[in-house]
Amino acid sequence: MTEALQNIFWILVFPGFVFTIVLGLVACWIVRKVSALVQWRVGPPLFQPFYDVMKLMGKETLIPQDGQRAVFIAAPIVGLAGVLLLSTMLWRTTITQNDFVGDIIVAIYLMILPSLALILGSSASASPHASIGTSREMKLVMGYELPLVLAFIIVIIKTGGQLSLAEITKFTPALSISGMLAFLVSLLCIQAKLGFVPFDIAESETEIASGLIMEYSGPLLAVWKMMQAMMLVALPLFLVMVFLGGFGTTAGWPLVWGIGKYVLVLVLIILIKNTNPRVRIDQAMKFFWVYCGIALAIAIILASIGSYYDINWL
Amino acid sequence: MSWKIWSLKKSVWVFHVNTGACNNCDIEIVNLLTPRYDVERFGIKLVGSPRHADALLVTGVVTAQAAPRLRELYRQTSKPCVVFAMGACACQTGIFNGAYHVVGPVDKIIREVDPNAIIAYVPGCPPKPEAMISGVVKALSIL
Repeated sequence: MTEALQNIFWILVFPGFVFTIVLGLVACWIVRKVSALVQWRVGPPLFQPFYDVMKLMGKETLIPQDGQRAVFIAAPIVGLAGVLLLSTMLWRTTITQNDFVGDIIVAIYLMILPSLALILGSSASASPHASIGTSREMKLVMGYELPLVLAFIIVIIKTGGQLSLAEITKFTPALSISGMLAFLVSLLCIQAKLGFVPFDIAESETEIASGLIMEYSGPLLAVWKMMQAMMLVALPLFLVMVFLGGFGTTAGWPLVWGIGKYVLVLVLIILIKNTNPRVRIDQAMKFFWVYCGIALAIAIILASIGSYYDINWL
Repeated sequence: MSWKIWSLKKSVWVFHVNTGACNNCDIEIVNLLTPRYDVERFGIKLVGSPRHADALLVTGVVTAQAAPRLRELYRQTSKPCVVFAMGACACQTGIFNGAYHVVGPVDKIIREVDPNAIIAYVPGCPPKPEAMISGVVKALSIL
């Protein structure tokens, strides 16, 4: 009984829903504030994302007449549940260090869930703009999943075949040539997963009017916004755990080091977002499959040679 | 004041509608987002879809072709929402008054859909960005 209560507490309050959402909204504010500073503006106040979500909660929900009502309502909740599970899993592994073998594979699957939910929800909304956004998102998912999985394969090779996150966080694969390549490529894949600027093709506001989430309004839009905020916590945290050694390995000040690594990844993402124009969908596919694919193929060869001859820096 | 209105005042998302303007008011509206005025300080943001919007910024005389679109846009905006008539044309049809293609100022078309709509007027040709910010502040203080 107490264990069940503790699990509910884990999911709903401390490392799960409440904690991640507060952290995610603060991360949203960091994104908007740093973007504003890059553009020489003042930027929004700290509580702006909280006000946004609160306002959307109080607004009217419009459901398209021709839309598939049940799927349209269920999709944001499915996406939120996926990210919630992912972030709870990652925080729990960070804090208690106990996990199960193969949870990196579960995390890879859970990371696809928000994109699938977006595709489902937007295709249920019966809007031509949203359907363009859906087709672009599908192509983008196919584009970035290949390099992302290849990058994690490099991590598994570098750590000597470890498949559990707590074991992987004891290594720092980014301190080698192949690991650095994999880290950079997966940073770009995370950019595409978050829907940030060079790869915000699916919800490009200026051409297809925020495509995927175009027909959403009120509380359902608030759920999408919360999902994106939580992804802003979970995905950089996952990169930190997999490539940069997580929160726990550095002796002395693990928490400060961990937060520093997370902020480093977040600021890198924001700077890429602010210094690049949007690419076309065919350019994005070519970039992920050809250039990132070749880079990662080279990295896999280097990592295999390195692990065969025990050369750590390769 | 209920929490809905309180949070609405803190974050106003704006959808920009051009119903036959000469682009002068539109330039001034985009000017609000530049570093000089930076309305994101107050949580005001341009959005791409009327479903996300809390305020419609309407510029231009409403032409015969634009009127049905404006009615449809107002119906698709999730309530509560505010309509801003930006510029002399949107307020009173300006120098195009009585022309063959003009079916009326913005408020007439909006009132056909919803007689109780909240409409704010910002006159000027084009209105200064300061005037627009002041209009938004006054309209929100009435809410």
